[in-house]
Amino acid sequence: MRPILYDNRRARLAIAAALMITPIYDALAHGLAGERFFPATILTDDPFVADEMSLPQVTQTPPGPDGAQETDIQIDLAKRITPNFGFTIRDEWRRLRPTDLPAVTGLGALQTGAQYQLFVNGPHQALGLLGLNATLGHTGRIEAGAPDFTTLSPTFDFGKGFGDLPRSLPYLRPFAITGNLGFDFPTKVESAGVPNPTAFNYGFAFEYSLPYLECCVKDVGLRAPFNQLFPLVEVSLSTAVNRGLGGQTIGTIQPGIIWAGTYFQIGAEAIIPATRLTGPGYGGVVQLHFYLDDLFPRSIGKPISEWW
Amino acid sequence: MREILAALVVGAVALGVAPSARAHAFLDHASPPVGSSVPVPPPVVALWFTQDLEPAFSSVTVTNEAGQRVDLGNVQIPQGTPAELQVGLKPLAPGTYLVSWHVVSVDTHPTEGTFTFEIKP
Repeated sequence: MRPILYDNRRARLAIAAALMITPIYDALAHGLAGERFFPATILTDDPFVADEMSLPQVTQTPPGPDGAQETDIQIDLAKRITPNFGFTIRDEWRRLRPTDLPAVTGLGALQTGAQYQLFVNGPHQALGLLGLNATLGHTGRIEAGAPDFTTLSPTFDFGKGFGDLPRSLPYLRPFAITGNLGFDFPTKVESAGVPNPTAFNYGFAFEYSLPYLECCVKDVGLRAPFNQLFPLVEVSLSTAVNRGLGGQTIGTIQPGIIWAGTYFQIGAEAIIPATRLTGPGYGGVVQLHFYLDDLFPRSIGKPISEWW
Repeated sequence: MREILAALVVGAVALGVAPSARAHAFLDHASPPVGSSVPVPPPVVALWFTQDLEPAFSSVTVTNEAGQRVDLGNVQIPQGTPAELQVGLKPLAPGTYLVSWHVVSVDTHPTEGTFTFEIKP
């Protein structure tokens, strides 16, 4: 039998370790790395596990090469199962308007994913996350553009704030970048005679944090709502790598702005095609996004493993 | 446009039914102001946050350019202002000082930050 003192010491060490670890995990829930807050971006995936929900996100896509245009209303939920492991689930209602044909409406494909927080480096304001996403076939209306096959998409998502630059470069320190690198692996070679290629996906969000400028660099006198703004530009591209389509790239560039409040954020971006293949014209997207960990800190805002 | 308006209405309704809650405490403003140059050494550093703080787990330190503590260690949340954190300062010479804070809001969310201020010669 171990001495009582030994057990007490172990217990105290365990409690101390838990107290030290808990703040780190809590910080993760909200896109925090050290003193840097990363808002949830609209186009590119976030590099952190979270308890957050987009309700809704409304997208008016640019016209495609054939002139067809699409309006999507999307709901997106991210939930932590444990402090470092979470899942996402997303679906959308689509209204597709082909040129010279009646509009078609219906659900898009159900998308889900698992995420693991690989690292958080507070002093260097860096985040890394591994994810495996699945776009599930036959879960939406094919006439509205939903696929008849499942696509698996492993991803690496990262974020880096530049607050660790020398203080002699004050106005560069509010910059941050987040990004995604990943592949799409369709489980079906072709659909209705059209090939489904494997694709390399890469996206970045370049943001300037006015909250960081105000809190940690220089109080330039901004007050609400301007001290809660993140001007940003997002870029997302997808390049096919096989099945006769190798090298073909589609994607968008999306300049916009995010306002981050205490319990939710609002974002809006223009959608500009990045390649000729993506199509002509412009679109737009708006998003209302809730922080469940702040709205419900003692219940559903916590990781599921801490509910009991 | 109708879809966008409908979306915003749905969001506003959802927000309206959300319960009253607390959240992460971010720095709202400070005295001396973040990144400022002041002509007279301040007797205290005061920080105001966006949420109420948990006194037992909230702290602030002030160091000089050599990394030496120049605060008095008497961190307090003044009575009646639960979102404010204060610490007294030793008499300060001209120079640049680093303020480092780590706070926990009353719903246990931790946040942290640093900033500098300068005392003019």
